[in-house]
Amino acid sequence: MNEETSPSNDRRDFLKTTAVVAGLTVAPGMLLYGISEAKPDEKAVSSKIRWGMLIDTSKCADGCDACVNACVNEHGLTEETTPETKAQWIRKVGLRDKQTGTVHSLPMLCQHCEFPPCTDVCPTGASFKRADGIVLVDRHICIGCRYCMMACPYKARSFIHETLENQKPHSPRGKGTVESCNFCVYRVDKGKQPACVEACNQDGHQAMLFGDINDPNSEISKKLKQVNSSVLRPDMRLNPGVRYQGL
Amino acid sequence: MKKTISYRIIEGKHPVFYWTLGISTFLILLGLYAAYNMEHYGHIITGMTNQIVWGMPHVFAIFLIVAASGVLNVASISSVFRKSFYHPLARLSALLAITMLVGGLMVLVLDLGRPDRLIIAMTHYNFKSIFSWNIILYNGFILLCALYIWFMMERRMHGSKPTVGLVAFLWRLILTTGTGSIFGFLVAREAYNTAILPPLFIALSLVLGLAVFLLLLMFFSHALGERILQRPKILLGVLIGAVFYFVLAYHLTHLYITGRHGVEYFILADGGIYTILFWGGYIFLGTILPLLLLYHERFSHSRVSIGSACLLSILGGFSLLYVIIIGGQAYPLDIFPGMEVISSSFFDAASKHPYTPSGWEFMLGMGGIGVSVILTLIAMKILPFLPANLTDSDIDPELLD
Repeated sequence: MNEETSPSNDRRDFLKTTAVVAGLTVAPGMLLYGISEAKPDEKAVSSKIRWGMLIDTSKCADGCDACVNACVNEHGLTEETTPETKAQWIRKVGLRDKQTGTVHSLPMLCQHCEFPPCTDVCPTGASFKRADGIVLVDRHICIGCRYCMMACPYKARSFIHETLENQKPHSPRGKGTVESCNFCVYRVDKGKQPACVEACNQDGHQAMLFGDINDPNSEISKKLKQVNSSVLRPDMRLNPGVRYQGL
Repeated sequence: MKKTISYRIIEGKHPVFYWTLGISTFLILLGLYAAYNMEHYGHIITGMTNQIVWGMPHVFAIFLIVAASGVLNVASISSVFRKSFYHPLARLSALLAITMLVGGLMVLVLDLGRPDRLIIAMTHYNFKSIFSWNIILYNGFILLCALYIWFMMERRMHGSKPTVGLVAFLWRLILTTGTGSIFGFLVAREAYNTAILPPLFIALSLVLGLAVFLLLLMFFSHALGERILQRPKILLGVLIGAVFYFVLAYHLTHLYITGRHGVEYFILADGGIYTILFWGGYIFLGTILPLLLLYHERFSHSRVSIGSACLLSILGGFSLLYVIIIGGQAYPLDIFPGMEVISSSFFDAASKHPYTPSGWEFMLGMGGIGVSVILTLIAMKILPFLPANLTDSDIDPELLD
């Protein structure tokens, strides 16, 4: 009799083992998925997330252009034109404090404001802020009026003055429209870092930290709690997503 | 006894008519050729850059738009403020309001990076943007002025004329407020971001509109009486004074705010062409000289001096717009207060952003003026806009209220 019942026990054990193995196989994936916050294409962005960046100016090396070069390669900003009309989504700026004389080096990019003046003034709504805080330009409805460039307090936007060729499919650009840093939104949606941040880390500077500033457990949120950071032009109350440490 | 005002069309047989028609057509072709090239090669052929994003076309466009809203004032004085003295001139005033606005809008649209997407601007609205409101305000203004002209010309509609005149008057005040707000709402730039710009633009619109109107009147009405010129002449002087008052208040408030000393020093003393245009163009040529010509006993009765005063005030207004629009951008943004920029690839360290308008920009701007002139001429040829007679004897003393 005992022997007769054993097959059903075996079946139960088999099912248990399978469930445990399956669980152990899938769970880390699910966990990693949660950590990386990759977003499936069909899922809408959520305002629970706010993407932001903390830039440590003490780690940003003077003369290092890794972030700028990475941006140029990533988005194909390689057109040959005059310096005055060249598109610059990120630029390096050297500063000296007028009072103390201390010198700073920092990357300057779209500050992805919570209240962006560029989206306020855009007549067609081509300049818009995604629910997760990334400020973008819809190149399909941008009429090229440049009012956003007049309104941006950070000079973060560029107008395309000439015909472009060999654009990157993931980063559409075109003559007669305005563009600016988009935090490499298509990379962020896949759980990756913006190209500039990746390049800065690869060069060993670790001056740029990117993440969800709404998530109290994210590395950027923890760091923001520990260190003093500031925003550019705080008097405007735009609450930029990009913050600077050591400025 | 009240006289009936009769109107006439221009005959259009005079060589001057054909010359004006020819020159305007030429200007329009130049403008269209410039627009084609700006579209084909991109804005690289203009003097505009990522630092000076609005250039000469915007000065022309805003000049025409502001003048368009101001030129309606003659009609408004007649129908809203019931000054019958201005009655005979109301039709022409409303016509010019339409034609100048169309010319200005053409320049504005053809300067867009993607003028082919005009339909998007008409269908996608962001109502927090004053630009969006302006699209509605400009189109509505054209419609209202057309309605106004119809009511003035159609006897059956005369009863409703004051109502549409009042609506058009209020509309134009809102419109110019909207145009001034384009700059007033720019919080980041020190030269702008002030609520005084809309009233300044309204005052400027009244000067430009009246000056353009008087010039046209003197051009078309050879038998123009002295008295009919006296009133608008005095009004022009008052309006020039009003603009000066707003400019003075604008600069004095800026001079009081420590944070804006830099931009004030730039415009008033160290801005090169902007300083020259402000003092020489606006203050001397556009304000002091016309006031002298209009009020000094020695000149004030000559038609030549009234005409010159009109021309000079237009020149002064254009200079002022250039200083506001381009000068405001030429002064660099203060992105890092308290810091000195020692290096930047994006001209953050510049003390002044250079700008030289290219020929294409002038061509486009002149094209807009060409459109305004040709539309006015054609309309005057087809419909009776001009009063048949404007000699003093035609103006009943009783009408001189």
